[in-house]
Amino acid sequence: MAKIRGSIVINIDRCKGCELCMVSCPTGTIAMEKEVNSKGYNYAYPANPDLCIGCANCAIVCPDGVITVYKTKI
Amino acid sequence: MEKELRLMKGNEAIAEAAIRAGADGYFGYPITPQSEIIEYLMEANPYERTGMVVLQAESEIAAINMVYGGAGCGKKVMTTSSSPGISLKQEGISYIAGAELPCLIVNVVRGGPGLGTIQPAQSDYFQAVKGGGHGDYHLIVLAPSSVQEMADFVGLGFDLAFKYRNPAMILSDGAIGQMMEKVWLGPQQERSKKVPEWATTGKPPSRKRNIITSLELDPNRQEIFNQKLVAKYNEIKEKEVRFEEFQCEDAEYLLVAYGTSARVCQKSVELAREQGIKAGLLRPITLFPYPSKQINKLADKVKLILTVEMSAGQMVEDVMLSVKGKVPVHYYGRMGGMIPTPDEVVENLKTRIIGG
Amino acid sequence: MKEITGIKEILKPENLAYKKSSILTEDIMHYCPGCGHSTTHRILAEIIEEEGLQQDAIGISPVGCSVFLYNYLDIDWQEAAHGRAPALATGIKRLLPDKFVFTYQGDGDLAAIGTAETIHTCNRGENIMIIFINNGIYGMTGGQMAPTTLPGMKSSTSPYGRDVKTMGYPLKITDIVATLPGTYYVTRQSVHTPANVRKAKKTMRKAVQYQKLNKGTCFIEIVSNCPSGWKMTPVQSNKWMEENMFPYYPLGDLKAPEEQPVQQPKSE
Repeated sequence: MAKIRGSIVINIDRCKGCELCMVSCPTGTIAMEKEVNSKGYNYAYPANPDLCIGCANCAIVCPDGVITVYKTKI
Repeated sequence: MEKELRLMKGNEAIAEAAIRAGADGYFGYPITPQSEIIEYLMEANPYERTGMVVLQAESEIAAINMVYGGAGCGKKVMTTSSSPGISLKQEGISYIAGAELPCLIVNVVRGGPGLGTIQPAQSDYFQAVKGGGHGDYHLIVLAPSSVQEMADFVGLGFDLAFKYRNPAMILSDGAIGQMMEKVWLGPQQERSKKVPEWATTGKPPSRKRNIITSLELDPNRQEIFNQKLVAKYNEIKEKEVRFEEFQCEDAEYLLVAYGTSARVCQKSVELAREQGIKAGLLRPITLFPYPSKQINKLADKVKLILTVEMSAGQMVEDVMLSVKGKVPVHYYGRMGGMIPTPDEVVENLKTRIIGG
Repeated sequence: MKEITGIKEILKPENLAYKKSSILTEDIMHYCPGCGHSTTHRILAEIIEEEGLQQDAIGISPVGCSVFLYNYLDIDWQEAAHGRAPALATGIKRLLPDKFVFTYQGDGDLAAIGTAETIHTCNRGENIMIIFINNGIYGMTGGQMAPTTLPGMKSSTSPYGRDVKTMGYPLKITDIVATLPGTYYVTRQSVHTPANVRKAKKTMRKAVQYQKLNKGTCFIEIVSNCPSGWKMTPVQSNKWMEENMFPYYPLGDLKAPEEQPVQQPKSE
């Protein structure tokens, strides 16, 4: 059976570290970086990229439209 | 619809002139002594004739903001009210000036302050000419003194407003609003299909989005904008002064008055001359820009100037500024809705002459 | 543009599942992290793009945190005085009836100073969309009490909590507006979870399509958080909102017409 796999792209400098994406991710893909971006925010990143299913929950809830989502069948 | 001659109230003339000038929209609220304007428009139902929108808003504040919205779309829009309602509109007027939008506002002035009287007055001169709303801006102010001018100044007001992207005001009073005179009404003009390039009409791919706003957080940029407005008002002062002179050629004493006061003073000039006093009248038609240069010129010839106003003395200050101390400037006025009589003015002029 | 990505092999154009709308400009929105304004702007941009409205939309921005809305969406805008946006919208829609006209307002704008404009515009049934962001506080001016602040809720002008005896009750303006025959569609949504974002977006799509029917005002309240004003993190504020705001302002349609079929988005 084909598995759906996703991959997200996060624009580091536009992320404000609100964590809403992390909370809405159903698979635990996203975590917040310990580093900060140029604005001083801890930005989100796909800590467990293999878990991503491309559901786009993160992108849909992101206030700043910082996340682009790709998905494919493997 | 052809040019025609009618006998009309001043208020009705404004309404009919607005329809014929091809106005796109009127937004107003009832208040004495100008409710006839919206009543006439509702009955005339110009939506059938030209597609002109007529809407009774929930307040004068709502009405001026409807005007703002329509003006931002590049439409010919107007509102009318009387003194207390014009006070309510001041924020909206400031926004319209700050966003550099054209529109026409009519103030049919009544006695104040506060709820005041419903009788005519000229006590909103400061409000109209010196500010009213907050910030560095001016209205182009036209002062009719006949029903004919009430009609004529609607088209003129719109033309000036669009020429300079600035709100224009017709500063009338309750007497002119209510009196009936014969008036020539111009032919029906078509509502303009031209869309100014700054107007919000939906962003086509061919241009950037238009934003109508008066907000600026950077004081440097705001100052540049304020300077732009100052330059605009200087241009208006250069090019748009209008006034009328009556028997000023050989005058030794000058009356300065506008609106209903000018009608009274015209008679006073005649009465004075019968008594051997060589009086003349300068009637400002634009109150902004003020005919300062002409008054200054006349001050070289006359021995004193008497302004006559239905107020506690507001325009007199602009006459003093124009004259720069060359000759004595006096004021005579009635307040609270009372109108001076031609005889009163002559008597006052005589006391000023004797008084020296 | 600095990016961090997941599995690179999947990042092919044919695999694109979501990207933000091109109606959003390049400007970074100035809102606090996690603010409901941002999310609402984002879905509004998506609706405008999907429904092909860029050439027809005229928006009116308020005074409040979202005063600079006109910097974030690439359509024609007018900036209104505080509370007056529905009056501007009335002027615009009456004079340009074929355009898609909408206001976007906060709780002070719509339910304090603008109450008369809100009620009378809806009473006249102006064919516009009103988006009402209700976060129970005045964000831009520093966190003062709003007409929709809850009883007992602290703000900079109710430091001991809103006392209904001296400060009145929260104003359920949406409920009032729903009773007016001039309104066609009145609903209350939120944008704090993906499911709610999807629902809110659907109501906006309906409002776009209903405006063409000329049957009255479409009024969408978005109950939102204000992390800065409420002095919480974004995640905490959404939880607080669920526990405290939603019981007072329940989500759902307050007034909906007979189910009109909602057409699928024009563009893809």
